[in-house]
Amino acid sequence: MADVRVQNLTKRFDDVVAVKNLSLECKDREFMVFLGPSGCGKTTTLRSIAGLEHPDEGDIYIDNNQVNDLPPADRDVAFVFQFYALYPHMTVYDNMAFPLKAVKMPKPEIEQRIKEVSAVLRIERLLNRTPSKLSGGEMQRVALGRAMVRRPKVFLMDEPLTNLDAKLRSEMRAELKRLQKDIGATTIYVTHDQLEAMSMGDKIAVMNQGVAQQIGTPGEVYDHPASLFVASFVGSPAMNLLDCEYRQEDGKSVLIVGENDFILTISDELGKKIQDDATDSNLILGIRAEDVFVRDEAAEDTVQAEVYVVEPLGSENIIDLRIGENMLKVKTLPTVQPDIGQTIDMWLDKNRMHLFDKTTEKAIS
Amino acid sequence: MRGEVSFRSKSLSDYQLKMMFIMPTIILLIVMNIFPLLWSLVLSFSDYSAINSQAPDFIGTKNYIRIFSQKATWSYFVTTAYFVVLAVAAQFIIGFGLALLLNREFQGKGLITTLMLIPMMLSPVVVGLFWRFILDSSWGLFNYLLSLGPAVLHKITAALHFPSGIVSWFKDAASNARGIIWLTRPKAALFSLVIIDTWMWSPFMMLLSLAGLSAIPKYLYEAAEIDRASTWFKFRHITFPLVAPLLLIALLFRTMDAFKLFDLVYIATAGGPGSATETVSMNLYRRAFQDYNTGESCALAYILLIFIIALSNIYIKYLNKAKGNA
Repeated sequence: MADVRVQNLTKRFDDVVAVKNLSLECKDREFMVFLGPSGCGKTTTLRSIAGLEHPDEGDIYIDNNQVNDLPPADRDVAFVFQFYALYPHMTVYDNMAFPLKAVKMPKPEIEQRIKEVSAVLRIERLLNRTPSKLSGGEMQRVALGRAMVRRPKVFLMDEPLTNLDAKLRSEMRAELKRLQKDIGATTIYVTHDQLEAMSMGDKIAVMNQGVAQQIGTPGEVYDHPASLFVASFVGSPAMNLLDCEYRQEDGKSVLIVGENDFILTISDELGKKIQDDATDSNLILGIRAEDVFVRDEAAEDTVQAEVYVVEPLGSENIIDLRIGENMLKVKTLPTVQPDIGQTIDMWLDKNRMHLFDKTTEKAIS
Repeated sequence: MRGEVSFRSKSLSDYQLKMMFIMPTIILLIVMNIFPLLWSLVLSFSDYSAINSQAPDFIGTKNYIRIFSQKATWSYFVTTAYFVVLAVAAQFIIGFGLALLLNREFQGKGLITTLMLIPMMLSPVVVGLFWRFILDSSWGLFNYLLSLGPAVLHKITAALHFPSGIVSWFKDAASNARGIIWLTRPKAALFSLVIIDTWMWSPFMMLLSLAGLSAIPKYLYEAAEIDRASTWFKFRHITFPLVAPLLLIALLFRTMDAFKLFDLVYIATAGGPGSATETVSMNLYRRAFQDYNTGESCALAYILLIFIIALSNIYIKYLNKAKGNA
């Protein structure tokens, strides 16, 4: 097993810069997830680590060895492709034996390894079939098996669950995570699904337009998003983002939200931070749906809002509230069922709110 | 909508429409293929001759017995077999090799591919005429090109004062190459036909191979690259098995075609010298249109037909096997 280090990686395709000066480190036995929308450079980064793309600038280290000019075969990495890339004319057994035969491993050992891995992945009964006779989930397991039999230093996975149906995806998510812990393999996993990233990763690198926006644990990324992009990309429903303006009124620090829709008093400490860090007084207020509460009666700091729609999800309800021109999603217990059009009192947990500079889109904290 | 319905009911029903499209083909097929096929089967059991005004007399299997009892018939089949094996093998190797070379992105790929396909688009008669000139032993281009290498080496070695043995060896090689008699020497003549046919039909093998190669998804090679496969391992375990079905189809076409080779022979050697290039088809022509033994030639044609069907079936069996694996 090994750690992977990417230093100042830049990769261009003609005029398009796919990855811009990216640096990150994945420690031994760590499960790292590259998260981002399509075209953010996450797959390009993964392919560069695998050796399928050659970086234009920067270095890639596996186990402290610079591997920039090594072909994929000499990097001792396994790659699970989005569309599995199983060899269509070979049986499952031969697919899994392929990387071992390629290095002329003795037959008994190949058999032994395939037996072990197929038991772990529960694909023993598929060994004699060809890929065309497998379901998506089965192909996925075989692709994983082909990577596992090699016992490589690093596993690289490119959206391996994207092509599965929802139920299978959530099953495989848990299984894959458990498997990674059991074999203790350094794994880099690419996905555009924030749920996968949150649930599986030890560490998440959120990427956008070729730039790493934030690298941290799922908790850090969720609770302390470093930028507006991270805040809006991670979490479901997406974080509520409202335009606001910072002002001093009667010696107090306040935020005027929207077109004077409501006013929030904030601590002087936070007010000072805004004065020090922000470009100007124009800010964006971010608050997650679970940090907004609806109340039956007015209390201090409550805001009146109109119920726009109620989305019951079984275990919880999402209530869309309208305050002036702004919409706000609120997560509530399923028992809270206001009528559409009803005026309701709501309240924000100010300790859990996030402020972003409107110009730089960076978090103020 | 209503207009359309009334239009439809006034004109053709679906069935009539289908028939209208199919009938010309069916009629053509019956008149030009199926009737002659059956009629020639009847004639093969008769003593019919196309230049006699006599009606065909049924003579049983006499034509077949005569053909099989002629020693020469077997030698025509052997000649044809030599030709088929040599030509198809050469076309396969060259065509597939060219396809492997062309199966990548480079400047002018389209132009080069098109240029390579030109021989295939020419009429076999024209190709035969060309090559009679090219292969001419006294002033043909082919011998000149063959002699070019030794001739140049002869000049260089002479200028650099190499040992006289080497210098004269190259000189001899050059003049020998210039004097090779291609089309009018028994052994060389068949070989010449192989060269001509290969020149003409390698592009066909190339085209089908290229189609097969470019259909192999790139990610399989990436997967193999990650799986530490060497170039040869990738070729043996991915490229070859995946193009095999198309290669077999191409081989099938070429074998069937080579088996009935006529036009090239007729133009380039006319079966000669002696009967060195007398293929079965050439002999068939001779029996039918020089000797006017129509019945006998029909019998030979049927024997040829059975050979080709048998051969095709072997290929098709392999093809199904290859497809089943893919």
